[in-house]
Amino acid sequence: MKRVEVLKTYKLYIDGKFPRTESGRFYKVLNKAKEPIANVCLSSRKDVRNAVQSARKAQGSWQERTAFNRGQVLYRIAEMLEGRRAQFVEELMLENSTKKEAQMEVDNSIDRIVYYAGWCDKFNQVASSVNPVSSSHFNFSSYEPMGVIGIMAVQSSGLLGLVSMLMPVIAGGNSCVIIASEDKPLCAVTLAEVLNSSDVPGGVVNILTGHIDELWSPLSSHMDVNGISLDVRNKYVTKVQLASVDNLKRVRAYSNDFSLMQEQGIQFITDFQELKTTWHPIEKIGGASNSY
Amino acid sequence: MTAKYRFNEVPPSPSIDKVGVEERVARFQSRSIKTTAKMQGLKMALSMIDLTTLEGKDTEGKVKQMCFKAAHLHNGHPGLPVVAAVCVYPSMVGLAKSIVGKYGIKVASVSTAFPSGQAPLDVKIADTKYAVENGADEIDMVISRGKFLAGEHAFVFDEIAAIKELCGSARLKVILETGELTTLDNVRRASDIAIYAGADFIKTSTGKIQPAATLQVTYTMLQAIRDYYDETGKMVGMKPAGGISNAKLALHNLVMVKEVLGEEWLTNKWFRFGASSLANDVLMQILKTESGIYQSADYFTLD
Repeated sequence: MKRVEVLKTYKLYIDGKFPRTESGRFYKVLNKAKEPIANVCLSSRKDVRNAVQSARKAQGSWQERTAFNRGQVLYRIAEMLEGRRAQFVEELMLENSTKKEAQMEVDNSIDRIVYYAGWCDKFNQVASSVNPVSSSHFNFSSYEPMGVIGIMAVQSSGLLGLVSMLMPVIAGGNSCVIIASEDKPLCAVTLAEVLNSSDVPGGVVNILTGHIDELWSPLSSHMDVNGISLDVRNKYVTKVQLASVDNLKRVRAYSNDFSLMQEQGIQFITDFQELKTTWHPIEKIGGASNSY
Repeated sequence: MTAKYRFNEVPPSPSIDKVGVEERVARFQSRSIKTTAKMQGLKMALSMIDLTTLEGKDTEGKVKQMCFKAAHLHNGHPGLPVVAAVCVYPSMVGLAKSIVGKYGIKVASVSTAFPSGQAPLDVKIADTKYAVENGADEIDMVISRGKFLAGEHAFVFDEIAAIKELCGSARLKVILETGELTTLDNVRRASDIAIYAGADFIKTSTGKIQPAATLQVTYTMLQAIRDYYDETGKMVGMKPAGGISNAKLALHNLVMVKEVLGEEWLTNKWFRFGASSLANDVLMQILKTESGIYQSADYFTLD
């Protein structure tokens, strides 16, 4: 007798927990041969609301961690991902990658996480500046996280695209709500399991799956979301920009091909940072006519 | 005016079926309230709030700020009601009255050695007199939980009756502090004692003890009010306080009041929420319901 296969139900990741969608709906993810490979939650706008709420709650203490500690936490994600390499390769292959492509994507993802882990306690001194001003003031600009960032992940890449958009956002002290790739959501949910078993505090990363048609609107109009990161090929880019006007969200639509190794860098971190400039009165030092 | 009863006239209290209460309460929470009904409910909830600050660190500035908020909940949105009352310590009553009086907002003062109630009767009397003389429209007294738990129910009854006499035209709310009464049977007994001793309102908690106004406790107290009404035809008000910080829970409370007591109780004369952070959540829900856009606390005044 043929065994009836048990399809895994992939759940959401909100506030460090794995709830099903409040709507109770799900969809089947199909492989190339149109066979179902998993049941995945079909999130609703209320899931978006819950996710944003938990991201907001978690953001303050994540920002207050020392940058060095955030680097350690990100590095830990890479370590845990390394330990579950086989599962990710298998899931990417289910989603139509060849074995070689899948292995490459997982390797690159791990390397990319390590890359951003290294930036955590360095980007601010590299990107900040001391500014010349025409009065007796010490004037400097440094970066602070924007708050809650909505990420609509690249549709074409299940893991590397997601990691490339996620890591710079949390490296800079933001929390985020991710809408995973609709056709390739498996790695996103498994990544949530990795995040949960590494030291990322619950709520810093929240992952939803479902139809982008339905989720782009509540996320990009939400007054408590401070920025949106998405792929320029997303069909809702213009609408997202319009919906973001109310609270002046920063929208970044990336045209980058994140499968390329060079598509990483400090600019992806500062994209979701707010520049704060401070004026500090100074005395003349050592008789110099101009100091700093 | 409430008729005067003696302690031995308080009828025996029925015992409470805790499992039954929990099942009944769970059903209130499964109600779905949408669109126009939701909007009406939210505005009603706003008008029933006793905006509260009861902290050792209260200053005149803090009380002024809260009084301003009571009268101007969200100026960006015209047509909102004002809250029912502000609730402060006796020392702040005069100040609060001078600010909110002209808006028709009542001033409620806690009294009788709030929040513990651990003081002799003459101190409690002086406390209450001071609040009434300074213009308090409502007195929120605490019962002596220690005496109640020790079985001295007559003592508790007499104390409430004594304070009621001092109140004059001010309405008396009796705080049972249900978090310290431990069982629903005790909550029911204390409710009956308070009602028969002359309470105009019964109130769950001081807000200082957890758990505070759970739906189970509120339901038990509403049932006591219902039974008294059936017996005597007189209405008593209800005020859950503490822990009601979101709009959804407030709506569930309103549903419960309507279904246990009826529509006559759905005004701020007979039902109040004691809360500090509820107002902002209700405001955010009102704006969300109108615009379809989820709101952020960044755009509302601090509580």
